[in-house]
Amino acid sequence: MSDLVALLVVVPLLGSLVALTAGIVRDESGWAVALVTLAVQAAMAATVAWSVLSGEAISYAVGGFEPPFGIELYVDGLSAAMVVLVPAVALGVLAYARRAGPRSNRFYATYLLLVTGLTGMSVTGDAFNLYVFLEITGLTAYALVASGDRGRSAVAALKYLLVGTFGASLYLLGIGYAYVATGTLNMTDLASELAAVGYASPLVGAAFAFVVVGLFVKVAMFPLHTWQPGAYEGAPDAVSALIASLVSTVSAYALVRVVLTVFTPEYLAAVPLARTLLAATAAVSIVVGSLLAVSQTDIKRMLAYSSVSQFGLIVAALSVTNGTALVGLAVHLVGHAVMKGGLFLAAGLVSTGTGARSVTEYDGLAGRMPVAAGTFGVLVLAMVGVPPAVGFLGKWYIVLGTLEAGAWALATVILLSTLLTLAYFARLLERMYFRDAAEAAPDATAVADGGEGDADGVSTGMYAAAVAAALLAVALAAAVPAYQAALGPTVEVLLP
Amino acid sequence: MIAALADRAYFVAAFLLLGVGAYMLIGDRNLVKKVIGMNVFQSGIFLFLVASAFVTGASAPLLTEPAPYVSPLPHVLILTAIVVGVSLTAVALGLIVRIYEEYGTLRADLVEEVGDGE
Repeated sequence: MSDLVALLVVVPLLGSLVALTAGIVRDESGWAVALVTLAVQAAMAATVAWSVLSGEAISYAVGGFEPPFGIELYVDGLSAAMVVLVPAVALGVLAYARRAGPRSNRFYATYLLLVTGLTGMSVTGDAFNLYVFLEITGLTAYALVASGDRGRSAVAALKYLLVGTFGASLYLLGIGYAYVATGTLNMTDLASELAAVGYASPLVGAAFAFVVVGLFVKVAMFPLHTWQPGAYEGAPDAVSALIASLVSTVSAYALVRVVLTVFTPEYLAAVPLARTLLAATAAVSIVVGSLLAVSQTDIKRMLAYSSVSQFGLIVAALSVTNGTALVGLAVHLVGHAVMKGGLFLAAGLVSTGTGARSVTEYDGLAGRMPVAAGTFGVLVLAMVGVPPAVGFLGKWYIVLGTLEAGAWALATVILLSTLLTLAYFARLLERMYFRDAAEAAPDATAVADGGEGDADGVSTGMYAAAVAAALLAVALAAAVPAYQAALGPTVEVLLP
Repeated sequence: MIAALADRAYFVAAFLLLGVGAYMLIGDRNLVKKVIGMNVFQSGIFLFLVASAFVTGASAPLLTEPAPYVSPLPHVLILTAIVVGVSLTAVALGLIVRIYEEYGTLRADLVEEVGDGE
């Protein structure tokens, strides 16, 4: 039973090798391999998550070396959500990529390797192991972004690589400081050892600063978000959806894990500057991310800047460290992943079907592609936070949590951000439903943009993936009370 | 001051490497030099961790040698990190070859210009 946790990482890794070798025998066989691998992984993830959420956290010593000396895998209520989310979203995007995405076996081998890295980040309980999985995730994400056939994809991928490596290196440096101070790398062990060293020690302070700023780069917090819009825009549609929905989400989970498990809320209480660093970055990201999103004309860039703002919410919830905000954080992490992934898939549907890639080209979309427009509309409303969607519940708990902590300024910023979110999404709704398409122009502009309006390019699988995301964005709200109850023991451990 | 710095020569060198690497990574317009900067930056981190394991007068961590021993763990960590660094460099150089084929230049500012003109 407990070996399942290790197999969660091993299965996609083996699947990736199989996909690569299967390519020698038969072209375009990667999709089937990825489907089987991810289905197996999803089933195992569901088993693990069920036993964690209904029982207690799982700790697994890799290779029989007991922690704190060996590498520990650790799954609690928070990581259980990530463990299920990763293969679920990967399966959804796979349904989309069947027709739309790159079809080579190398693509699916990299795809499965990315899933390996993300799952590893979710389950690891070792600070250096987290770095290794962070880099596996990073490397595969760079390669996937570059799998687009335009020159711009390569430029975006290189920029992503340089900035992403810088962030991961800062994380490694921070871990180096923590190791110099304590001599251990196990997360739980680090928590008690760092407390023994003393929170006032400059070594601990430097470790916190480097680790947090390094992960800010990966999460794409303002002003370290510069890689994100280009990477999302330059990547093929399926890849943008996968990366936008998972990579930042799991990195944000890693940030939460490091701040709460390694440094613990007592550290934030003892060093007010650390809490201010989190809260200030969050507030600036929320506001500036939204403002930049409003000013975009390209749909995918707008969605990317929207992510900067939404992850500001997550970090804001982290900075106040109370139970209510933590529930909101977990709900919003999962909810945002589903909604943002769905939005990128819907945007991909629209650009495949009509060639529309910019805000103005969405005029009268409801008439041309009613299902895609409906999906986009539902996801947009969920993202703004209209009840009963999951986007509403996440924000609701986060705002309640900030009020509970007495962080009035932060609560105001979050409520304001909802208005800003409405500002950039409402104009799309208005264009899709209340304007007529520019007469006969769409085809001309589509050709000028190099996009092709090709209704045959849109498959049922592509529609199914986007519509499923929209349905999930609403249906997940029903699961929130049960998840909140199951998260109880985890919250007690993380926030004593 | 100078004596204090001389005692910590490895750490001073590590942070000089970090500074030089970060400057090249951010400031240089040539894409290949940016990658070299990234490598220098990572080398600084490697040196920092390896130097932190050093104990004056200690021997290699073998049972046949007398105690005290230097800590072997940072060396193992850095071996892993070096492998990661090599793969990153390989991917980065692969991307640069592709960019050079598409744009015919290695200057970051010129690539941006062409990208906007598309």
